[in-house]
Amino acid sequence: MTKFAARVEITHLDGIADPQGATIERALPVLGYANVSQVHVGKSIRLVIDATDAGAARVEVLEMCDRLLANPVIEAYEVEITELSGSSA
Amino acid sequence: MTTVGVVQFPGTNCELDVQRAVEHLGSSAELLWHADASVQGVDAVVVPGGFAHGDYLRTGAIARFSPVMDAVAVFAAAGGPVVGICNGFQVLTEAGLLPGALQKNARLKFICDSVEIRVETTDSVLTNLCAAGDVLRIPINHFEGNYVCDRPTLDRLRADGRIVLRYVSNPNGSLDDIAGICNEGRNVVGLMPHPERASDDLLGSADGVALLDSFLGAAAANSASRGAVAR
Repeated sequence: MTKFAARVEITHLDGIADPQGATIERALPVLGYANVSQVHVGKSIRLVIDATDAGAARVEVLEMCDRLLANPVIEAYEVEITELSGSSA
Repeated sequence: MTTVGVVQFPGTNCELDVQRAVEHLGSSAELLWHADASVQGVDAVVVPGGFAHGDYLRTGAIARFSPVMDAVAVFAAAGGPVVGICNGFQVLTEAGLLPGALQKNARLKFICDSVEIRVETTDSVLTNLCAAGDVLRIPINHFEGNYVCDRPTLDRLRADGRIVLRYVSNPNGSLDDIAGICNEGRNVVGLMPHPERASDDLLGSADGVALLDSFLGAAAANSASRGAVAR
């Protein structure tokens, strides 16, 4: 087994209100950043997983997203898998 | 006597209010600890408000894994009356017992207010003693009460008359002014307003009594039908 670092980025689905993003988008111009748009606030979850290879790690983390980490009714997610160096057993 | 089970997760904070309101209306209520995989033979289940498991990750997301929720799902599938109030509504959506989800209020404010809601259907365990069109004044108290679902789900809720309660004046951005919905069997209802906090004039409104009495009636009917099966 090899250790992989997984980073899960969870964002709102298109069409789902992102009131935190909207609030930040209204606040930034007050500081002079009038050139900002499309601010989105999401969640980032990091974990380490033991798996035979990166593909297997990804499959398992995607399953975790569907079952717990994200709510598919309102959230989308992206998974990034990176092998941790020097971790092969 | 009809007995209502009130689910208690770590972080639940409305279970005693619900218990007291149920007792005030002449039924008995017992607390159901979340780690027990049983509803202890009660006639109806309330998943009350609060912050189950601290609302970590998402509201209701961790609560649905509590052992008691499997028992609640079995109870609901057998037609048992279940109502989720506020955080309890969020738990029921995360558990898949009701469709959709509750997102943050549109204006990103925690809302603590008394609002008017309209009864849209009397065909549910929470509204069977009401009249369609009744307007009730009930407190709300939430940050994530903004109901959302995809278009096909909304179309189905509308077509089946499963939107049980609507806000008269939408306080939180909720889709189609939805304050409460029910499942296909009409025995599982989720709503954001707190009827237990409007269960006596002393509390400022007794409009919640119509909802609670409907629910207690459904509980009594469930008790009677199970008794008939047992005989």
